[in-house]
Amino acid sequence: MANSELNNYISDRKASLPSRGRPAMVMTHVVCGYPSFEDNWKELQVMHEFGVDLVELQFPFSEPSADGPLFVKANQEAISKGVSVDDCFNFMKKVTEAFSFKVVMMGYFNTIFKTGQRTFLERLKEAGGHGFIVPDLPIEEARILHEIAAELELSPIVLMTPTNSDERLAELALAADGFVYTVARKGVTGTNTDMNSDLAEFIDRCKAKTDVPLAVGFGITTAEDVAFIGKHADIAVIGTAALKAWETGGETSLRGFFTQLLN
Amino acid sequence: MDLFDFTDGREGYYGEYGGTFLPEILHSTIEELKAEFRKAKDDPTFWQEFIELMQSYSGRPTPVTHLANLSRKLGGAQIYIKREDLNHTGSHKINNVMGQGLLVKRMGKNRVIAETGAGQHGYATATMAARFGFESKIYMGAIDVARQRPNVFWMENMGSTVVAVEDGQQTLKDAINECLRDWVTNMDTTHYVLGTACGPHPFPEMVSWFQSIIGREAREQMISSTGKLPDRVFACVGGGSNAIGLFQGFMDDEETQLVGCEAGGFGPGKGNHAARLAYKDASVGVAQGMKTYFLQNDDGNMLHTHSVAAGLDYIGVNPILVHLWEKDRVRFEAVTDAQVTEALKLAMRTEGVIPALESSHGFAQAVLEAEQMSKDEIVLINMSGRGDKDIFTIADALDDDHWKKFIRQKAEEYGQ
Repeated sequence: MANSELNNYISDRKASLPSRGRPAMVMTHVVCGYPSFEDNWKELQVMHEFGVDLVELQFPFSEPSADGPLFVKANQEAISKGVSVDDCFNFMKKVTEAFSFKVVMMGYFNTIFKTGQRTFLERLKEAGGHGFIVPDLPIEEARILHEIAAELELSPIVLMTPTNSDERLAELALAADGFVYTVARKGVTGTNTDMNSDLAEFIDRCKAKTDVPLAVGFGITTAEDVAFIGKHADIAVIGTAALKAWETGGETSLRGFFTQLLN
Repeated sequence: MDLFDFTDGREGYYGEYGGTFLPEILHSTIEELKAEFRKAKDDPTFWQEFIELMQSYSGRPTPVTHLANLSRKLGGAQIYIKREDLNHTGSHKINNVMGQGLLVKRMGKNRVIAETGAGQHGYATATMAARFGFESKIYMGAIDVARQRPNVFWMENMGSTVVAVEDGQQTLKDAINECLRDWVTNMDTTHYVLGTACGPHPFPEMVSWFQSIIGREAREQMISSTGKLPDRVFACVGGGSNAIGLFQGFMDDEETQLVGCEAGGFGPGKGNHAARLAYKDASVGVAQGMKTYFLQNDDGNMLHTHSVAAGLDYIGVNPILVHLWEKDRVRFEAVTDAQVTEALKLAMRTEGVIPALESSHGFAQAVLEAEQMSKDEIVLINMSGRGDKDIFTIADALDDDHWKKFIRQKAEEYGQ
């Protein structure tokens, strides 16, 4: 079963974009326990103030091979401080009870596999999460996880990438629910992306294969980027840039960042 | 038995283990590699080209040597060693690397990247890149760079860029993560020359195939020099490429025991060693592209590992070997750093051979068992690499005073 709660939420949020004066929905990213859960909470309060629509909570993993340097450091420091899967779920529950944005889990497959795929998804559901983004789990290996997700009405967030053929995009579309995470370019998280005609063409290729809303991630930093995404897709993913702002000057810098990005 | 006949199961799976766990962005790259590899494997002229290259460039076939003195001293089985140390660049790593080099040429790519732990694979890759005219970048954990400077020296002098990886534990697994990050960025021009029979399919199969040259030669050589098959075959297991390479030659010889020798480090206990199967500290997980046994905690985060041998200091293990272990075809044992150092000294003193610290794990276990065997039994050890390139590490392991004095003098000289 599709996750109708998330799907309805996203379509409502999309419908309200003009009245909110926003070109696109926004999804932000927080690495659980980095720099600390207290800092995470303050970041999320700021994100909530700015009307963020969705939040990815990343469960730290010791081998974050799809992440760029800043998130690699964040993962490692969180783990070395002892942040556990239990801590992440407890935090997620607190977050989903306190804020109105919807939350998805982001992380690597071993965290899920080692917890037990069913147990993990049951705990995700219980903590108020709506889906999961697992960048090292291709759909061929995800059959069991996706079956359990359908049963629990959680959304498997599928990634589409510019190197995929149209045929492959069609295969990916079959597994998609909630939204699709389109990866704006090759490489890892945290470096700039040219918002150009190649990207627009790629997003159009994705759109041709799926009706599920499209999030665009990797390298979004400016209001122009968000406007570009609003024109071609649905959700702008803000990852590294927000963490950089936080590291520069805490709440003040993060507010400054979102002000230039969204207002 | 054909380990790579996937018709009854899933492609790239060995029992429950293996698979292709990669970011979607590499999907088309890995499909291209699979297709190219399949074509090469089905093309007898490709294997012929590979054999000829290894003969002319790396001195294959490498011999087997009877260690008559050591056998006599122990009073048990006759000990033979397969001399992978006599390859160009000093280890079996060159087999896989030259094979992948030929594939890169077929794919029309011009840049290669590789991870390296002990430095042997990086050294071999740098050599291959120089020979084939590829641009190359070698990722190596910062700790490994510090402990393997001689290999770094050769890599750089062959024109490779060596990147010291500062993330994580700064060892082999972190170098692999960094290679994956490079690969997801540069896949159009770049091939990732994975150094061991680990990672996503088709790497375990591909690396095993190139390394099978060891076992094919060894089986014939043992029969022609002893008139029979060895009773037991020993090989060290880090990622597992030299072991699967040698073991494949004897896979169907059910009377021949196959023994994988892991890094027991300081002995059992999480964090003390890198023995995934011989000790009970590892469990099944999914990381670095594959499903296999990993040294990890209950949350699936990887543990610190330790071994005197950088090339065995790794969290995961070849999924094919795990499958063979579960089927009782391969036995796993662990030997400690202390046992390894003793075995190395024994090999040097009685036979004048210098096995690498990695290979000395095979020696240590074989010595232990050979002593208990009868004189008409035969054991074969894979001497997967030579130890003289490890002079800094071995001198440390042996706590050699003369060496320390020399280094102090040298340091003073450079200090001036």
